[in-house]
Amino acid sequence: MSAALAAVEGSVNTIGFGLAAIGPGVGIGIIFGNGVQAIARQPEATAVIRQNMLLGFAVVEALALMGFVLAFALGG
Amino acid sequence: MSNDQVLAFETDCHLFKDCGFPAPSEWSFIFEPLFTIGSFEVNKPMALVFLSTVIICGFFWAAFARPKVVPGKFQLVAEVLYDFVRRGVARETMGKKGEPYVPLLVSLFFFVWIMNIWAIIPFAQFPATSIIAYPAALALIVWCTYMYLTFRTNGLVGGIRNLCVPSGLPKGIYVILTPIEFISAVFIRPLTLTVRLFANMFAGHLLLLVFIIGTWYTLGTVVGTFYSATSLIMTLLLTVFEMFIQALQAYVFTVLTASYISQALEEAH
Repeated sequence: MSAALAAVEGSVNTIGFGLAAIGPGVGIGIIFGNGVQAIARQPEATAVIRQNMLLGFAVVEALALMGFVLAFALGG
Repeated sequence: MSNDQVLAFETDCHLFKDCGFPAPSEWSFIFEPLFTIGSFEVNKPMALVFLSTVIICGFFWAAFARPKVVPGKFQLVAEVLYDFVRRGVARETMGKKGEPYVPLLVSLFFFVWIMNIWAIIPFAQFPATSIIAYPAALALIVWCTYMYLTFRTNGLVGGIRNLCVPSGLPKGIYVILTPIEFISAVFIRPLTLTVRLFANMFAGHLLLLVFIIGTWYTLGTVVGTFYSATSLIMTLLLTVFEMFIQALQAYVFTVLTASYISQALEEAH
């Protein structure tokens, strides 16, 4: 039996980006979860916590976005 | 690439008309030149960037050219905006020694923000930062600034130490950590700074395009109109979301710049 039972057309990169987004997704969840917890425990430090939270978010998000860019850049 | 693809999408394509959904892709970011000045071909992103420069310079010039002790309305708005970056970014990240770098941060923040915000302004509707050359040029400015500051503060040897040898760790770790820190500080930082801004705006623009083209594509039949309305609502919601992302990305770009500068200013131990 050589004929394919099912076929999907399109770029494999879309699947690749889906996989690449898992890690950063978990990471961003952890960052914001812990950030909110920290603010709840110590509301007077909100400004500092929020800035560091966004900084960490940006650093982790870069990974997801690199996957996104490479999905376009690599073609195929 | 055909001509009508340059116009964002094929406009006479609708549901049940035997043509697939004209999904937006890289070609949504390629523009024909609007006009030429000499041998320069000016297209829409270039015109938008030029316009942003004029707006930023014009606004702050108008506000601060003749500053008064008791500020007028215009100067008050500009002072609030300036103070937001000074307090929210420079003070938080660098403390008192960040004061000389506030003008750089203010310019970066508002320039990036305006370039992003073009994405949702009618008739412009294109974030200039989603062309990678513009964030790359901004990241190059940041890279030059923190490299220069590193070597000015610490000298040649101290500067290299500052870039690739973080202090206060067990000796064995340095074998692995030094190359990683070097690559991170010299190559990865400007790369991620560029790609973050670019990819966010690129993805945001694609997202808006998918739903607005969907609105148009499904319009026409009775069933399609329901989908069309849903898609339109989605477009509006995402526009609001994009407003938030645009401001956030400008903020993140500025905060990262500030933190790189503050690391460059750290004295060697």
